[in-house]
Amino acid sequence: MVDIAFGPEPGHRPDPADNRATYLQMVRRKRMYGGILLVLFMALMASGFQLADARNAGGFWNGIGNVLAFPTEVVTEAWANRANIPALFWKFLPSLVETLNIAAVATLIGALAGAVLALLSTRGLARWPRLIGLFRRMMDAMRAIPEIVIALVLIFILGGGPVPAMIAIAFHTAGALGKLFSEVAENADRKPVEGLASVGASWGQRMWLGVIPQVAPNWIGYGLLRFEINIRASAILGFVGSGGIGHDLKLAMQWGQGRYDQVVAIFLLLFLTIVAVDQLSSHYRNRLVKGH
Amino acid sequence: MAMAETTLAPAILRRFQRRKAFSLAVPAAILAYLAYVFVAFDMAGIAQRARMDNAAILLSDFWSYKTHVTRNNRTGDLTVAIEGESKGTYPEGRLPDWVSRDGDITRIDLGAGHLVTYDGVGARYEVPGYGMIDIAPEGDRLRLTAPEPLPDWINASDTRISVTTDQGRFAYTRSKVETFRYQPGWELFFFTLDSPFSGKSPAELAALALWGDRLDPARSNLAYMAADVWTNAMWRHGDVVWAIFETVLMAFLGTMGAALVALPLAFLAAANFTPLRGVRFALRRLFDFVRGVDGLIWTIVLSRAFGPGPMTGALAILTTDTGSFGKMFSETLENIDARQVEGVQSTGANALQRARFGVIPQITPVLLSQVLYYLESNTRSATVIGAIVGGGIGLLLTQAIITQKDWEEVCYYMVLIVLMVTLMDTLSGWLRRRLIRGDGAGH
Repeated sequence: MVDIAFGPEPGHRPDPADNRATYLQMVRRKRMYGGILLVLFMALMASGFQLADARNAGGFWNGIGNVLAFPTEVVTEAWANRANIPALFWKFLPSLVETLNIAAVATLIGALAGAVLALLSTRGLARWPRLIGLFRRMMDAMRAIPEIVIALVLIFILGGGPVPAMIAIAFHTAGALGKLFSEVAENADRKPVEGLASVGASWGQRMWLGVIPQVAPNWIGYGLLRFEINIRASAILGFVGSGGIGHDLKLAMQWGQGRYDQVVAIFLLLFLTIVAVDQLSSHYRNRLVKGH
Repeated sequence: MAMAETTLAPAILRRFQRRKAFSLAVPAAILAYLAYVFVAFDMAGIAQRARMDNAAILLSDFWSYKTHVTRNNRTGDLTVAIEGESKGTYPEGRLPDWVSRDGDITRIDLGAGHLVTYDGVGARYEVPGYGMIDIAPEGDRLRLTAPEPLPDWINASDTRISVTTDQGRFAYTRSKVETFRYQPGWELFFFTLDSPFSGKSPAELAALALWGDRLDPARSNLAYMAADVWTNAMWRHGDVVWAIFETVLMAFLGTMGAALVALPLAFLAAANFTPLRGVRFALRRLFDFVRGVDGLIWTIVLSRAFGPGPMTGALAILTTDTGSFGKMFSETLENIDARQVEGVQSTGANALQRARFGVIPQITPVLLSQVLYYLESNTRSATVIGAIVGGGIGLLLTQAIITQKDWEEVCYYMVLIVLMVTLMDTLSGWLRRRLIRGDGAGH
């Protein structure tokens, strides 16, 4: 034990009496480890870059010159047809609302499920303390399955439309928020819960009246943050699967030239929505955390 | 006191009432919203359109496989193939033990007394507890002889007769007769039928690997086995491992690249390091712009320039996360403790030394923790991005789903993705704990 506490083999062990030498040796060793780690990291990055470049259809150095070619083409054509864009905004507004609805419902359902899972898997609050581990593993699994997997499988069963994306995002959200909620609930004051228990409140009443009021601001904050993430997820799932503005974007992109005004209109709608929701949610989150 | 009570009481009561109304209004609003969405998403229609038969196929495919025993009625050729695929076809003379062939008579034992016979006249299916279903072609039509009345699991027309029982499925048309037998498991997972190791028990395989004679004089049996598993045509383990690796590579390159790009920019965007307001403002807006233009759009734009592949995915992650990291890093930099920097400055250190000894040690744990957290979440994103840019496990998964029949492969990929994400989660959590706790304790 002493050997471990004082460092390497006896011969190389610094003499604790000589403070300066000990300190310098420690610093040198730390720097050497840091240096080795840095070199390793750089080597990993460089070889990873080479490998990814080799397995890509078009190489990095060929592509880098063309990065602006496609945006320029799109913007030039859209600029020529800029008169259409306000009308296109109206045309795509329903799809945007659908995308937002998918994200909102998924966040809502996911947050409700996550809240129940969180309370069931928090030490000291759980309804069945023996099953805490089970509920935690359940949340881990729900977080680990990417949304696209569930969405594509559900499209096979339920057909296209917004519902598969909504269920997929809600499933993932329940796992992700459940974990965060549980961390918040762990720090909640237990006295109200004990007080309620002493007057014979049921588990549901203890949670609803004793825990939820304490954790609500933080939970809502996390929920809003998740809503931002889910809007992006909902747009992507629309592109890969079906439903919402992502699907319209895919159709416009597949058409290619001649519909770039639509592409730009969708880009702009999506961009403005994401920025607006980010701003709103960060404003409300600040208010929730500061309490006014 | 009395004065205060009389004026306070109504105010408090009013506040209570407001709160009560509020606590009722919130659930009511949520319910109203859900009701609106229920209509907007056409949930009632979904319930009708849902293909529960598809769900049944999917679930049974997840844990079982089917073997097709097909006879071409024109040529008389018999093929026995797993999932009806040519790469799963049993070679001549090595049929499974439940199929026997004698001249042009084929007997198929589906288990539990269910027997199917193909012969020169037609085909017969003996169902215990029901009787004999006899089918023979007659001119242009099929003649069916079976105990009347016909149960609903027999579907008969002039050109096609199909029978579905618990033991399997049977279909007769003029051109061919087919029997499907379902068995649990993922068949040919390790060795395909053309491999000399297929159909051997684990004990036989171990014996072959450890002390058996070399089947191929050029290499050891173990190497032979490994090569056969790696190049398995049915499950494509080699491709799958590469795909998983590509996905992790995309996440790694994207996240780390973004951190490397964002760090210097964050110094320029932090108020306590850059006195120039204009630069700060411009960079902040740039970060907002990059974050606001969603990862989806970056992915599309970049895949036009770089073509499909992992590099495109990595660059898409890199671009999106540069915005997030720039914002987070600059906020972290603004929240550092100025005293440590002043302490270093008091020894006469220049700006670079102040950053190296005053700032970096403070921010490293926070930054690393954020980067590792993103690495884990980007592994998941890389699956989706891979489906768009055409690289990694996301591509394999979408391809398998689009065929709508390789559900066992979909299940396999899902399991692998969950394992991959869990592994990255554990790894990043472990690293985070080590790096941060280790630094905090001072060693």
